[in-house]
Amino acid sequence: MPDTTRVNINTTGVEQNSYDAIVIGSGISGGWAAKELCEKGLKTLVLERGRNIEHIKDYPTMNKAPWEFEHRGSMTKKLLNENPLISKAAGYDETTQHFFVKDKDHPYIQEKPFDWIRGYQVGGKSLIWGRACARWSETDFTSPQRYGYAIDWPIRYNDIASWYSHVEKFIGVCGTKDGIESMPDGEFLIGYELNCVEQHLKEVIWEKFKRHYVSGRWAQVTDPNEIQKQQGRYCLNRNLCMRGCPFGGYFSSITSTLPWARQTGNLSVQPHAVVHSVIYDEKKEKAIGVKVIDANTMKTTDYFARIIFINASALNSNLILLNSLSNRFPNGLGNDNGLMGKFICHHNYRAGIGGEIDGFRDKYYKVSKPAECIIANFRNLHKQDTDFLGGYVIYSGAYREKLSDKGIQPTIGANFKKAISEPGGWGGYMYMQGETIPKEANHVRLSKDKKDQWGIPLLITSVGYDDNDDKMVKDFLEQGKAMMEAAGFKNVRGGDNKQAPGLDIHEMGGIRMGHDPKTSLLNEWNQLHQCKNVFVTDGACMTSTGSQSPSILYMAFTARAVNHAVEEMKKGNL
Amino acid sequence: MNRRELIKQIALLTGTAVIGGEFFLAGCKNEDKTSADFFSDKDILFFDEVAETILPKTNTPGAKDAEVGKFMVSYSADCYDELQLKTLKDGINKLNDAAGKKYGNDFMKITATQKQELLTGIDAEAKKYYEKSTGQTGKEQPPHYFTLMKQLVLLGFFTSKPGVTQVLRYNPVPGKYQGCIDYKEGETSWA
Repeated sequence: MPDTTRVNINTTGVEQNSYDAIVIGSGISGGWAAKELCEKGLKTLVLERGRNIEHIKDYPTMNKAPWEFEHRGSMTKKLLNENPLISKAAGYDETTQHFFVKDKDHPYIQEKPFDWIRGYQVGGKSLIWGRACARWSETDFTSPQRYGYAIDWPIRYNDIASWYSHVEKFIGVCGTKDGIESMPDGEFLIGYELNCVEQHLKEVIWEKFKRHYVSGRWAQVTDPNEIQKQQGRYCLNRNLCMRGCPFGGYFSSITSTLPWARQTGNLSVQPHAVVHSVIYDEKKEKAIGVKVIDANTMKTTDYFARIIFINASALNSNLILLNSLSNRFPNGLGNDNGLMGKFICHHNYRAGIGGEIDGFRDKYYKVSKPAECIIANFRNLHKQDTDFLGGYVIYSGAYREKLSDKGIQPTIGANFKKAISEPGGWGGYMYMQGETIPKEANHVRLSKDKKDQWGIPLLITSVGYDDNDDKMVKDFLEQGKAMMEAAGFKNVRGGDNKQAPGLDIHEMGGIRMGHDPKTSLLNEWNQLHQCKNVFVTDGACMTSTGSQSPSILYMAFTARAVNHAVEEMKKGNL
Repeated sequence: MNRRELIKQIALLTGTAVIGGEFFLAGCKNEDKTSADFFSDKDILFFDEVAETILPKTNTPGAKDAEVGKFMVSYSADCYDELQLKTLKDGINKLNDAAGKKYGNDFMKITATQKQELLTGIDAEAKKYYEKSTGQTGKEQPPHYFTLMKQLVLLGFFTSKPGVTQVLRYNPVPGKYQGCIDYKEGETSWA
């Protein structure tokens, strides 16, 4: 019999609540777990703490014109006053706020300032993500080992390259093959054209700096191949992605992985399912299920499965495992070394710059693209060539100013109206996405006394920047300015916005992968070292942050881990 | 270009951070009130007149066609804080005073040419007001009333149906993106 001293196991309904696999979370990695598990024939239950979302039906703003919003997209005082935190998130406004949580519904404790951005619904934050999909390179994976920070990754680029391909082919990633060492090519759909000023930047930055300025790799179906056609997806460049796209133009769980999983007949999705903990059986020495509280009725139900995938989003995956207590694991499931919740890291988005450039007035673009350009990391690739650790990428773009009155005379009246309706001069921008160095002091833990409305301990965040981050910001500002000025930009300005960690929405770590159970929580297959039928494949698994966007890496990790899990099940090891 | 960028552009244009919306997080106590608690129908007509002077009907629709006055009161009531709201409302009297000083009559009663002349002068005055306080975003010092008015007029008009579809070029489902096309003098921006 399972040990019932620590968790109150409800053994009634074991059969009807039993599945081959349980996936906690329906976002970008949970959706992938569901698809891969269902395709391999496993009866799979996806647990989602938020409400259900159906493609098209639950996109209330998708087809609204600007004038159909009462405040033309702006946030009201009421919304801001009630949501000072979540309203800071990129893309949050009157048109998208239904896909973000409300501050008051989901409290947490900030020991240091940390903006925890969450989207609780089926599809999770895959509905509202930034969609950048460049690959990590070998240098990203070897950097901790070469420079002596964090711990060595248990895998290398070659272990994940084919899984990147597997994911890219299915979700649709556009881009150009550029042959860049620090940003490997993938299986791309047609990439976005650069506009004339972006093209100019590309040429100058290559010529004068030998750095690569290229079209960003983005999860937009620019040119559907057979599998995206089967998913009914095609990007028409409306550039309103975060409202939910009726054409499935960008990848989300809702448009892609979950429907694909559903058509196998093996998928069950349970919304309003707040996961309390993973249930550990002391005799069997493995996890046997998940304890769930219905968000509305507060009713507790246990669900059972042979394998469990934790894809609750990085910090919530930490929270769930830290709250999964048993005699064997009094500090959280798989947490013998006490490192769970530690080495939390994120991406440094603290700086951006912009400026104007003369000329190019006889050129324009049509109409707008839902993607940006990128400068691949050029720092600390083979040797440490700066006074900081880690690298950064730069996102960039150029545009013709709209509603700019620079030089417009008169300032009132018919001629003003005519002039201001026309595109102005060209502007351009760059902003950084930098690696942060995992440190034990940057951690999350559970509150000992404060609980949420479901009786689950509140999460405490204690994550800050350090000197390394400041140096990287300084380097970006110098290099970015030098590149823009070399291209002829004037009045280049910008600086350190000092935003709190978390607002990057790239929080990672806490349940990191590694070779050694003494210093890591997960093995090279994303299995808990000490409880092999539990897999963590969202941002919590990250050993270091790299400089590239992590979402597609989570998807690749997930597909790889599912493949391994099923092989192990066949061998009788799970 | 999305709305967020549009608002930033308006900020650049008027020489200050945009008042209202995500750039201004000041608290307020009047959030359950509606525009009718702050503005009368007469005020709406007044704002319509200011808006039409800035963006008049030509061979394309003007501010009145877009009901910009109505937008100005509802937007400011819901999105402005108390100081901004007061500044905007007091601006009505200040504009009338300025019209009285220069032309001996209320703003509503002076001629179209006089209105344009008057607002051109006040626009320059507002820009100077911010030049003197470089770096200020309106948080520490009150915003200039005319800056608020002009921002509201531009935001209201260029997100309205006539503004978007008949003045700017509206192509909500563009299909293929073209990175580099020829631009001919006189073509308007994409909405």
